Amino acid sequence: MRVPLSWLREYAPVPQDATAEQVLATMVSVGFEEEEVHRPSDEISGPIVVGQVLSREPEEHSNGKTVNWCQVRVVPEGQEQTLTGKGIDPSGIQGIVCGAHNFEVGDKVVVTLPGSVLPGDFRITPRKTYGHTSAGMIASVRELGIGDDHDGILVLSRIGLDPELGADALELLGLDDEAAEINVTPDRGYGFSIRGVAREYGHAVGQPFHDFVLDAAERAPEATDDGGFPVELADAAPINGVPGCDRFVTRVVKAIDPAAPTPAWMSSRLRLAGIRSLNLPVDISNYVMLEYGQPLHFYDLDEVAEKIVVRRAEPGETLTTLDDKQRKLDPEDLLITDATGPIGIAGVMGGASTEVKQETVDVLVEAAHFDPITIARSARRHRLPSEASKRFERSVDPRIQAAAAQRAVELLTELAGGTVQPGAGDVRSGAAPAAAPVLLPESYASERVGVDYAPERIEQVLTMIGCEVRPLPATGDGAPGWLVTPPSWRSDLSAPEDLAEEIARLDGYDKIPSRLPIAPPGRGLTEAQTGRNRVLASLAAAGLTEVLNYPFVSQEENDLWGAAAEGTAVPSVSLANPISEARGRLRASILPGLLETLRRNHARGFRDLALYEAGAVFLPGEKLGSAHVPPGAVALPPEVLEELNAGIPAQPWHLGMVFAGQDAPTAPGVAGRAYDWQDALDAVLLAAQSVGVQLTVRQGKHQAFHPGRTAELFTADGDSAGWAGELHPQLVAGQNLPERTCAAELDLTAILDARPDGVQAQDLSVQTPATQDVALLVDADLPASTLTETLAEGAGELLEEIRVFDVYQGDRVEPGKKSVALAMRFRAADRTLTADEASASRQAAVDLAVQRHAAVLRG
Amino acid sequence: MSDSTPAQTGGEAQPPSQTGPAVDGRPEDGVQPTDQAAVNAAVEQALADIAAAADLERLKTVRLAHTGEKSPLALGNRKIGKLPKEQKAVAGKLMGQARGRVNKAVAQRQEVLEAEHAERILVEEAVDVTAAGRRRRIGGRHPISLLMERSAEIFVGMGWEVAEGPEVESEWYNFDSLNFKPDHPARQLQDTFFVAPPESHLVLRTHTSPVQMRSLLSRDLPVYVVAPGRVFRTDELDATHTPVFHQIEGLAVDKGLAMSDLKGTLEHFARQMLGPEARIRLRPNYFPFTEPSAEMDVWHPNAKGGPRWIEWGGCGMVHPNVLRSAGVDPEVYSGFAFGMGIDRTLMFRNNVPDMHDIVEGDIRFSQHFGMEV
Repeated sequence: MRVPLSWLREYAPVPQDATAEQVLATMVSVGFEEEEVHRPSDEISGPIVVGQVLSREPEEHSNGKTVNWCQVRVVPEGQEQTLTGKGIDPSGIQGIVCGAHNFEVGDKVVVTLPGSVLPGDFRITPRKTYGHTSAGMIASVRELGIGDDHDGILVLSRIGLDPELGADALELLGLDDEAAEINVTPDRGYGFSIRGVAREYGHAVGQPFHDFVLDAAERAPEATDDGGFPVELADAAPINGVPGCDRFVTRVVKAIDPAAPTPAWMSSRLRLAGIRSLNLPVDISNYVMLEYGQPLHFYDLDEVAEKIVVRRAEPGETLTTLDDKQRKLDPEDLLITDATGPIGIAGVMGGASTEVKQETVDVLVEAAHFDPITIARSARRHRLPSEASKRFERSVDPRIQAAAAQRAVELLTELAGGTVQPGAGDVRSGAAPAAAPVLLPESYASERVGVDYAPERIEQVLTMIGCEVRPLPATGDGAPGWLVTPPSWRSDLSAPEDLAEEIARLDGYDKIPSRLPIAPPGRGLTEAQTGRNRVLASLAAAGLTEVLNYPFVSQEENDLWGAAAEGTAVPSVSLANPISEARGRLRASILPGLLETLRRNHARGFRDLALYEAGAVFLPGEKLGSAHVPPGAVALPPEVLEELNAGIPAQPWHLGMVFAGQDAPTAPGVAGRAYDWQDALDAVLLAAQSVGVQLTVRQGKHQAFHPGRTAELFTADGDSAGWAGELHPQLVAGQNLPERTCAAELDLTAILDARPDGVQAQDLSVQTPATQDVALLVDADLPASTLTETLAEGAGELLEEIRVFDVYQGDRVEPGKKSVALAMRFRAADRTLTADEASASRQAAVDLAVQRHAAVLRG
Repeated sequence: MSDSTPAQTGGEAQPPSQTGPAVDGRPEDGVQPTDQAAVNAAVEQALADIAAAADLERLKTVRLAHTGEKSPLALGNRKIGKLPKEQKAVAGKLMGQARGRVNKAVAQRQEVLEAEHAERILVEEAVDVTAAGRRRRIGGRHPISLLMERSAEIFVGMGWEVAEGPEVESEWYNFDSLNFKPDHPARQLQDTFFVAPPESHLVLRTHTSPVQMRSLLSRDLPVYVVAPGRVFRTDELDATHTPVFHQIEGLAVDKGLAMSDLKGTLEHFARQMLGPEARIRLRPNYFPFTEPSAEMDVWHPNAKGGPRWIEWGGCGMVHPNVLRSAGVDPEVYSGFAFGMGIDRTLMFRNNVPDMHDIVEGDIRFSQHFGMEV
């Protein structure tokens, strides 16, 4: 809400010399956050005065342009110029070259004298042009920053002004005024009015507020059945049982002067408030809306047929609104209609056919009260967040319609010369919405806020904001308190906690003390939370760098990374309103985002990269969401909560890693080594081991990975937990990734779930071990892990450790075979093993390998 | 063996001295053990050679020349046996002392040279440690992750627990249960990402506040939890906005909690994050899920450009309707809740000038923080 200071001063004790900054600071103390200062004088400065054109001689020039050589008097006749400065003529008459033609000799105009500055840092100086010295400018509205009309010289009589020559034009045009813009939170609809702001200003400075709206209500005529204009409220489908319109006040003003201009003070205030001046009737409706908070609508009376009916839209109905757009109406839209059909969407926007036009002489004034929800839905549905709908959806005082209409009628007659038709129409539907009294126990606010408020202070504050406060010797629980009836403009006050906020706000939040509550003993982080932190720390310590990427991807990316087999359509969560349509899905894999970051770093000149990210991936199940949203503020039965939870997609945390370049730059003592698939595998195993999980490595196949250099990881339960390896070379080339980029992705949630529960110590035998090596010739495609497992099984319990130390394929073994060399360490718990015992165990292992894999013992 | 001079016993080595043990230049088969001058001369010669031995190899040669079996003193010593009985004692003493002096000199020289040798090896093995490359490169955590961890730890230290919730959330948890009425303008202010189709009534959570509801529904009272996590709004990325950012939510529901408890908790947290002079200022504001509600400013004593108040987040007393949604009786329990932006905190606490740095994943950003924030 932008509040012109001159306007606020009319109704609140704002000091004459107060700046917008000071007003903002005052409003902050009662909870209205400051937004901005709007001060035209920051951009424009004098001497800018009223002048009268004495002569105007058109001169045609060789460039084909006709300019006017004018003599302009800028001091009253017979007086001397008191201003001094270069280019200011002591005679009081300035010679000015003017390119515009829409003014005549004798017109009073605005003269920007040399030394003045116009918006855009346009400095006025005497300058030689078209054979004259032009000492100043005859200003247009656009040059003054108060309108868009470039050619239009501002002829003051056309806006109803006849000031003395030499008068300060900045003051005359309200350009010396300024506005303080405050943020009005959605609960405080009343703050969108000078009335509301003036009231709060009074609260802030401890001065009583005189409600000028009540005065206007006093002046309004009694409503009669035949007053105003015939109106019928016929809402057949109220939303939540609340009628769309509960009050519709009409007034009629006839024979206004369609040519009457908007006075400068009004257009200046509207401009400072952020509203463009259009024509006098429209300006008046906006002015009253800003002042009272009551949106009004003016109709051209001649265009409204027979009778107004307020009803919901019928299927298929359309309306061309003021902005000349045809809108398809929804049966939930509340309409203002006449015999011809819809003439407005209630509280949102009027129709084109009945709008007040340049030639309108008879005006029908509407001041209605609409249901906030109805208006909010229509404004949203038609994407028409208007000044009116903004106020209605935050709720408007239901008791000020007659007063607002009265104010509008007064301005119309005063400024446009109209004649008010006697009487007023005031049609109501049901009882006016009234605030229910709130039971406030005496200790409630003190307990909730932590400040010991005296009962007198509470009464004082609540009375100040307009509540009716009735002391009760005993409230519900027997303790004393009050029955508090909130004022009509405070629909947000409906419960004791709302009143507690008002008491705290106006007594001052700064008076709330600081007290540290003692929580009961906690259980610390869960083991999964600690484990996750440890995984992330281990990877950083191992040389990887953590990044955080947006989870927005394409369906193609999910199909590629989210499934091992090519051609799989991976179920994804899509967004209804994504930032970019190309990335309208939520990720099913961490890797697409991570690879993009890898590319970005590569493009920034970093070649050696090891990145990781842990975060949620989104894996929708069969049921997505729930058709029905239960209400708030009531406890839901368990089955409803279960239903809600069942519709939420699984969101396990995944851990992704990517590698490119070298593990370290080559340097003295460091042989830099290119990252390869094994680094990806190592990192995955390290991550799992940092939470005590041993993963099993198997040869893997995944569409995005190198078919021969990929490991699939399994938990002890045999569930696949992820992938590690080199990316497919074709993919690397196609996606402009660094050569030999490697990657891994692990289901971190599954890993954390697989954490051992209470690790048991093992017996550490101190008996001497026996070590034996074995080399076996096996088929080249037999995984080493399988051979190792077979040998371990065959060797039995004496085997303490078995480890591959060499794999050989080449000249000395036949094609299709490989030689695997393993070191086996045997140890008994209770004795030193003899060489024979170890050999027997080794032989048993070999025998099983021979039998199972047709292995051949070498050497 | 008359020509077996020490020089020759030393193999390739140079003669121990210009003159050798044969002082007078003629072949010698040992000093005369009774000739004190000759013995002394042999000893002096030996000592001179020992002192002149520049390294252990040389000393070995010298030692053999002067103390070996063929050395003048050794040969001389053997002659004692053949001396008349009355000369034996004197000669024995003379030779003993002579050989003792030589042996001692050798031992001393040996020690000196060994020490020199050891020192020389260390010198020769020296490297320029400043030229060394790094075999293991340092990685780094993302400071947002670290700051969330750190924030959570501060609350865990106060006995609070860390709660979590999904990022794709149902509208009920994100809005309705938190007293956002379906048509209230506050719901439109949130710039929500909706999951398609809209009839699924799922959103990307716009704040960490749905974790309040999940915590109240799943935990026994009293509840003291924080919930750090990722949240989403449909803002375009610029220097101060990002569609994906992070918050830490706090919720305490107990008997008798007041706004002063909220302020004390925030102040404690602020001091851990920003230094002992940090303070909290509350200003009235509006949030559907708290009443009274407040905007919190934090006094940042170490702000770049001087101490100042900085907008930190929203907070307030838990709205009774939120408690009702969770089946908690607002007549018995009250609570407070707060939420602040982690990204924003990182920006003003650690002087991150631009949101792009936080979201772009430039390795320099994370690596600069390393494991600390």
